[in-house]
Amino acid sequence: MIEIVEPGRCIACDRCVEVCPTRVFDRGADGIPVIARQDSCQTCFQCEAYCPTDALFVAPLVTAVAADSHFRDVTELEGSGLLGGYRRELGWGRGRTLGARTAIGPEYPD
Amino acid sequence: MTSNDPEPTLNTDVLVIGGGPAGTWAAIKAAQAGADVVLADKGYTGTSGATASVGTGIWYVDDVPELREAAMASREALGGHLADRDWMARVLDETHARMDELARIQRYPFPVDSDGRQLRGDLQGPEYMRRQRTRVQRLGVRVLDHTPALELLTDTDGVVSGARALDRTTGETVRVQAGAVVLAAGGCAFRSKTLGCDVNTGDGALLAVEAGARLSGMEFSNAYAIAPKGTSLTKTAYYSWATFYRADGSVLDGAGSTRGRSVIAKTLLTEPVYARFDRAAPHEQRAMRKGQPNTFLVFDRLGINPFTDLFEVTLLAEGTVRGTGGVRIADHDCSTDVPGLYAAGDTATRELICGGFTGGGSHNAAWAVSSGSWAGRGAAGFAARRGRPGRALRAAGTAGLRPTGPVTIGHREAVDAVQREILPYDRNYLRHADRLEPALRSLHRTWSAVREGLGADGEELFRAREAAAMVAHGRWMYHAALRRTESRGMHKRTDHPALDPAQHHRLLTGGLDEIWSRPETPRRQLLANGGRAA
Repeated sequence: MIEIVEPGRCIACDRCVEVCPTRVFDRGADGIPVIARQDSCQTCFQCEAYCPTDALFVAPLVTAVAADSHFRDVTELEGSGLLGGYRRELGWGRGRTLGARTAIGPEYPD
Repeated sequence: MTSNDPEPTLNTDVLVIGGGPAGTWAAIKAAQAGADVVLADKGYTGTSGATASVGTGIWYVDDVPELREAAMASREALGGHLADRDWMARVLDETHARMDELARIQRYPFPVDSDGRQLRGDLQGPEYMRRQRTRVQRLGVRVLDHTPALELLTDTDGVVSGARALDRTTGETVRVQAGAVVLAAGGCAFRSKTLGCDVNTGDGALLAVEAGARLSGMEFSNAYAIAPKGTSLTKTAYYSWATFYRADGSVLDGAGSTRGRSVIAKTLLTEPVYARFDRAAPHEQRAMRKGQPNTFLVFDRLGINPFTDLFEVTLLAEGTVRGTGGVRIADHDCSTDVPGLYAAGDTATRELICGGFTGGGSHNAAWAVSSGSWAGRGAAGFAARRGRPGRALRAAGTAGLRPTGPVTIGHREAVDAVQREILPYDRNYLRHADRLEPALRSLHRTWSAVREGLGADGEELFRAREAAAMVAHGRWMYHAALRRTESRGMHKRTDHPALDPAQHHRLLTGGLDEIWSRPETPRRQLLANGGRAA
C-alpha cells in the first residue's frame, strides 16, 4: 500500500494523481499530493513507476503499516536503496536503459 | 448533477470501454479504419487493469507450421477439448502481426538474443501499456481517464448506441453516444487484491447482459493465484521452481504450482503453507530477476530471499481474469449476440482458444491483442454502415443504478456478501454441490437486496455498479458450475471428479433476476466442427 509522499522530493507534477488507476491521491492545497483514499490502493506500484523524482513509496503489503514502520521511514528507505527501486528496475528515468530490453527470463522446467 | 441539467454528451463512431491491451488495440484498429473513437477507462489508460502492473508472457509462436501445430495441440486436453482450431490459428496469426506492429510502430523494446533476433514471448506491462497509450493518442482517439462506464444505451431496435459514464474527477455523469461499442473492461477478480485487478469487477459482463448478451464458460472461473501472504504479488510462474512446506519444515507432498495447487488449497483450509524457490540454479535465479522485476521488488522490500528463505503463501481468487468465461462471441469480428456490441479481452469468453483452462498471461494476452483488434475493426465497420444513433435512446442499467425500492444496502455491504461466497477455497475452488448450492442461494438473496435497495449518488454511483456487477458475476459462475456436473478444464467438481463425455459442449449462461444455463450446441455438432475430441 502507498505509504509515503515525500514533500522534499515532490515537484507537484500531478503525475501520480493522474496515473493511479484507483484514484488514491488528491492534489493538496500546497500542490503536494495527499493520500486521500489509502484503502483504495491496490498495491500495483504504478504511481512509483511514474513518479519522476522517486518521491513515493509503496509498501509491499496490502494493508496499511503502523506509523512507526520502517516502510514509512524515508531516510532508511533511501539508505537501503528501496526508494525508487521499481523505477530503477524498469529503467525509467534519464540516462537509464529500459529494463524491457534485457528482460529475458529463465527457461521453464517441464 | 441535478436532474434538470442536461448531461454533457459526446458523439462518436466507436466507444471503447476499457483501456487495457484489448481496449487499446480496439481503439487503434477502429481509428485506423477511419472511425472517430472515444476510449473510456475506469482508471487510467496505461496503468489500469491486469496487464499494466505485471509482466506477461504472450502466446506468440514463430510462423513455422510444426511449432504452430505443437502450440495448438498442447492445450487442447488441458482445456477439456472446448477450444476451436480455427480460432487458435486466427489468434496466432493476429498476435504475430500485432507484435510485429508493436515492435515497429510503438517501438516496444523487445530483448534480442545472441543472434540479434527479437524475443517476443514476453511483455513488460508498464512499458507495453504506456506505449499503447501514446499510440492511441497519436491516432486522435479521445481518451477519457477515471471515467467508469455505468450503463449502456440502446436505440428503439435494441442496437447498442453508447454508454453513460461517470467522470470521477468531477463526480458528474457524461453521455457518450456511439454507432458501436466495444466492451474491453476486463474480467472479475472480486477485489481479492490480485495484482492490479481491483478495477476488474466484471462490469463488462453486467453491461452486456443488461443489453441482452449471453455469456459462455462462466463455470471456468475458479482460478486462484499463489502469492506471498499479505501481498498482491500473484506472479505464479516462478513457483515452477518452488518446493512447498508445512510450518514444521516438512515438505508438503503433492503440492505444486500447476497440478498441485489444489493440495495447497486443501492444506490452507487448516494450516499455513510456505514456499521457497529452492529448485532454481544460480543462472536461473539471475534470469528470474531480469524477467520479472516486480516479483523481486516485493521480496526485496519484505527482506525475503525467496531462493533461501521460506515464506508463507496464500491463494488469491482471480475469477474470470485468469478463468476463461465471459461474454459469448457470435462471429469472427468479436460481435456479441447484441447488434452494435463487441467484446474483447477478458470481458469475452476465451474458450475459443483455450477451452476451460488458461494459466493467465500467455493465451489471455494473445486473445486480448487479437480480439481487441478484431472488435475495433468490427465496431468501426458497423458504425460506418449504421451511422450515428438517433435521439431516442434507452439507458439499460439496472441494479445499483435504479433500485426498485428505498435504499437499504450499501455497496460495501454487498461486496462483503459476495466475497464471503466467492473467495473461500472450499466453495469456489474445491467445488461441491453441497457448498455451491447454499452459496448460490445466498448470492441470489444478495442480488434481490441489491436490486431493490442499492443506490448511490455522485462518485459513489460507480461503486454501487461495481458491487452489482460482482454479485451478478458470482451468480452466473455458480449457476454454470452447478449445471456442469463433471470435471473439465479448470472446473473441478469434488462430487463429480470425472470428465463426462456427454457434457462435451460449451455452456451458455444469462439472465439478471432469473438466471439460466444451457448447452450451446449438441455434442456431435461441436465434434463435426473440428472439436477433435480425445
